[in-house]
Amino acid sequence: MAVLFLLLAITLPWILEAVGEGFLITLASRICIYALAAMSLNLILGYGGMISFGHAAYFGVGAYVVGIFAQHGFEGSTVLGITPPNSMALTLPLSMLIAGIAAAILGALCLRTSGAYFIMITLAFAQMLFFLFVSLERYGGDDGIIMLGGRNTLGPLDTTSDTQFYFLCLGPLLAFIFINHRLVRSRFGQVLQACRQNEPRLAALGCNVNHYKLTAFTIAGAVAGLAGGLLANHAEYVSPDYVHWTKSGDLMIMVILGGLGIALGPVVGAAAFLLLEEFLPVFFESMGLPLLKEHWRIVFGPLLICIVLFARGGLLGTVQGRFAPKMPQEMKADEATP
Amino acid sequence: MTLFLEQILNGLQLGVFLFLIAAGLTLIFGIMGVINLAHGSLFMVGAYAAAVTTAYTGSFWLGLLAALVAAAITGMVMEIVVMRRLYHRDHLDQVLATFGLILFANEATTMAFGRTPLFMDVPGFLNGSVEIIPGVIYPVYRLVILAVGALVALALFLIIAKTRAGMLIRAGSTNRDMVAVLGLDIALMFTLLFGLGAVFAGLAGAMAAPLVSVEVGMGEQQLILAFVVVVIGGIGSVKGALVGALLVGLVDTLGRAFLPDLLRLFFDSATADGVGAGLSSMSIYILMALILVLRPAGLFPMAGQRH
Repeated sequence: MAVLFLLLAITLPWILEAVGEGFLITLASRICIYALAAMSLNLILGYGGMISFGHAAYFGVGAYVVGIFAQHGFEGSTVLGITPPNSMALTLPLSMLIAGIAAAILGALCLRTSGAYFIMITLAFAQMLFFLFVSLERYGGDDGIIMLGGRNTLGPLDTTSDTQFYFLCLGPLLAFIFINHRLVRSRFGQVLQACRQNEPRLAALGCNVNHYKLTAFTIAGAVAGLAGGLLANHAEYVSPDYVHWTKSGDLMIMVILGGLGIALGPVVGAAAFLLLEEFLPVFFESMGLPLLKEHWRIVFGPLLICIVLFARGGLLGTVQGRFAPKMPQEMKADEATP
Repeated sequence: MTLFLEQILNGLQLGVFLFLIAAGLTLIFGIMGVINLAHGSLFMVGAYAAAVTTAYTGSFWLGLLAALVAAAITGMVMEIVVMRRLYHRDHLDQVLATFGLILFANEATTMAFGRTPLFMDVPGFLNGSVEIIPGVIYPVYRLVILAVGALVALALFLIIAKTRAGMLIRAGSTNRDMVAVLGLDIALMFTLLFGLGAVFAGLAGAMAAPLVSVEVGMGEQQLILAFVVVVIGGIGSVKGALVGALLVGLVDTLGRAFLPDLLRLFFDSATADGVGAGLSSMSIYILMALILVLRPAGLFPMAGQRH
């Protein structure tokens, strides 16, 4: 199964070429990028049980790092006294670093709370960054940054080639799938999952729960930042829209759609989400429903509600015939046992 | 000085809108334990109903009535069709399902009224300004909003403190199961309470309609501000919602009005404007962060709160 998936991912450009749909490779790149972002969210949401409704914030911070460098690079000016780098070997790690720092700071504040507070406060802080980016007149304000200098470079690779860029997105995704696999099986990952299942018990065992949660939150933020940096390069455009709260909602939907707390769930979810977004309008048009073509969300909204109400395990969970872990119910049941 | 007073009144007025939205949100959360993202959509429904009805009939009162009725019906239908199934689910399910509700509500509104914002005039009999103290002229309509806000807050406190319904609300927020065991129709109570929260949001929408452009997505901006209010005030506390709303309204308005000037004392004007714009749009979130550091459960935490 995993081998098949890998083979498909690697040969995808040639398959698409062969069926004459080569242009779809940019969609495939977007799927890889969002899959990476959704996987990072799954680490804290699915495994750690932290319902972060502001994950797009770190995604956006990563994108803005690339965008701001690109703007200064194009103008030939410096940022904070240094010449802006134009190699992905530098810009993307910086995206990760700065998004990680942002996640560490905001995460430390958010993790003072839990439950519904945590949802609201992560959302509110993401909105704070959204308004911060909107107010940055220097960097386009509402309109964002168009990267006039084009994509960042990377060694001998031709990043303007959509096929080569696809592999540039696939690489980090595969790497993170591997890291995620190792991470959730490590001691750290076990503690993280125990946090979701019964935090008080873990704390009683003498484990510094917040320390683990904050580490996971920071890792997730950094990886989301990497995805943001890639998306900025992919679109050659950055805007406050990347930080918009609906983006956080989209990422969350991808995680749930694929299957909460399942390693490859977010990948499947991101693919399903973006394919639906791309082809649902086309589908409605071919069905002779032009009104729904433009307003496909009116179907997507109720669809989402139904998935939440009736198919908790998501696509992958349902296929695998196993259901995603239920958070509070599980906790309540645990607490009820004397 | 006159500018300062004017800005304080503006801040209080934003506080009134936020209170009306946050009060419903916090009551619903406190009693039913459900987090409702689609609460902002009720604000939007109220604004649209008021704007459209007033445009057709020419009567502000009919518009207001339509807003309250439309919001109440939307709220109760929402409760019966979707929310009812979510009470025993975890917060994640509630967030996702109500996110789906927002997508549906926004798209349905776009289909019905298009993407062009609607505009509504301030009702004729409230159109005008008065001199509240010598030298300070303020629009009557905005003063009326302040008065309505104060009245609603007072009425809500009286209802909760003095009436049988309020007693049930208080009892429900402390121990929902016990109230059910004592023979109360909890399902009906929840539907009505949801309707009440919806009416508040609809009222805010109708009053805001003449002041802002009525457009799709207007509810979500208010909703996120209302979240900040609820986090500051403490989930489930109406008093917290009132204090939080006024605090957020004042900090946001005064920050936008005076922060750039204040910074100009320390920096050159270009830097001050840039930093001021950024800081003032972030001011309420910084306030929220500060309060959280000092009091993680908000200013007025609910007794026996479940996290």
